[in-house]
Amino acid sequence: MKKIAILGAGPAGIEAAAVLAANNCPVTLFEKEAQPLCNITDKAFLFPNFADANEVAASLRAKLDNPNITLRCSTEVTQLTPSYIAGFQEESLTGTPVWKVNEELYDIVLLATGYTPFDAHRKEELGYGIYPGVHTSLEMEKMIKEGNIVNSLGEKPKRIVFLQCVGSRDEKSGNHYCSKLCCVTAVKQAIEVKKQLPDCEAYVFYMDLRMWGQGFEEMYRTAQQEYGVSFVRGRISEAGGTFDGRVQIKAEDTLLGRPLKMTSDLLVLMVGMEASKGTRELATQCRICGEYGFAQSKDPHLHDCQSEAPGLFVAGACKRPMTLTDSVNDGRSAAYEILTSL
Amino acid sequence: MINFGYKISTPRSIDMDSADSRLYCQLVEAVPSYRYCIGCGGCTATCSAGQFTDFNIRKAHFLFSRRQYDKLASDTFTDTDLNKCMLCGKCSLVCPRGVNTRGLILQMRKLLLK
Ligand code: SF4
Ligand code: SF4
Ligand code: SF4
Repeated sequence: MKKIAILGAGPAGIEAAAVLAANNCPVTLFEKEAQPLCNITDKAFLFPNFADANEVAASLRAKLDNPNITLRCSTEVTQLTPSYIAGFQEESLTGTPVWKVNEELYDIVLLATGYTPFDAHRKEELGYGIYPGVHTSLEMEKMIKEGNIVNSLGEKPKRIVFLQCVGSRDEKSGNHYCSKLCCVTAVKQAIEVKKQLPDCEAYVFYMDLRMWGQGFEEMYRTAQQEYGVSFVRGRISEAGGTFDGRVQIKAEDTLLGRPLKMTSDLLVLMVGMEASKGTRELATQCRICGEYGFAQSKDPHLHDCQSEAPGLFVAGACKRPMTLTDSVNDGRSAAYEILTSL
Repeated sequence: MINFGYKISTPRSIDMDSADSRLYCQLVEAVPSYRYCIGCGGCTATCSAGQFTDFNIRKAHFLFSRRQYDKLASDTFTDTDLNKCMLCGKCSLVCPRGVNTRGLILQMRKLLLK
């Protein structure tokens, strides 16, 4: 029986583990955090249907309830070395490569180490960490989840401004790519804000609104139609603090060709997705690190769950920004690729 | 007085903090579909008046949504002078979001002439 390790208990890793376990393959699932699915349980509701994030996470977690799955939380994998690079002798026993995961040996490894949110401190001109009214989308999500949306003075905000593409589509951040999820997340959060605070104005500043998924465009329309969310095409160039703890932003209203300024209780930076530390380090160790630190699949069309390294498979947001749905599907695909390879 | 040739430039920036939202809210109330606009410019592209004058219907109602009412007054002879519209209604036919643009112009005129 081949030994299989899955690195990362996010949606892709869990779904892959569940499919392999259902096909009688024992797997060991490594997770660096104390709990699986941290990137879902920190959300309130999920686009496009406002499903309760905790419920979705619970359904996913229930899939781990299988004797073929060994879940090892709080276990960070820092070493991932194939025998053909390290040249250790175990390979000669079977003739196929083996993988050293920390100090243990496995025949097959699935990398599902996911993403990390862009660190908004890097866009200093937007004032994150400098002015108390500037937040990331993750902090906004937390306020929504707790039902406690407040400005820096602890009062109910009268105006909230969302800014798209923070750390994505931006040469200055070193990320040319689009993070894919932040557009719809801003629309989702603006709707949540209006649900909780109907009198609060919500503005979304965008470069392009990329409503590519099923139900996304409809959400955008709902945000305008039912919740009165305003959209301004223009990128905020800088934010400054006001004496009363609010934020003044500057942008161009590009559809009018004129500069625009506005003071807001909160400025929410829609941070993009970058390769996680684990993804970067492990992909580099086994020489499949691609652009921007993401793991590179063998071929983006037909072999997207395989890698150039024999016995090493890749799934989910360790390859590129990916939605929950896509990550789950990708984990499933990877599991079938692994089953076929056995 | 000697004219030194200096003048004071007024800022071009749209200041949403000093904006008066009352007229805007009245317009949204009268023509709720105003909110659904995505700024595609279809209305301007088809506008009969826009073919012969510099009138820009999209720009006109965008200015209104940014509370720049003075730019829409009928004596400005600008590309957003609402009196250039002939109320033919072609703009409403092409709008992908179903904005009642013709109704919008009628209401804007009514609110600004009040
Ligand atoms: S999804 Fe939207 S906000 Fe995010 S990077 Fe792409 S265009 Fe920008
Ligand atoms: S109704 Fe007015 S704005 Fe619309 S197409 Fe006719 S002239 Fe242009
Ligand atoms: S055609 Fe409709 S959506 Fe497009 S700019 Fe005109 S009013 Fe807005």
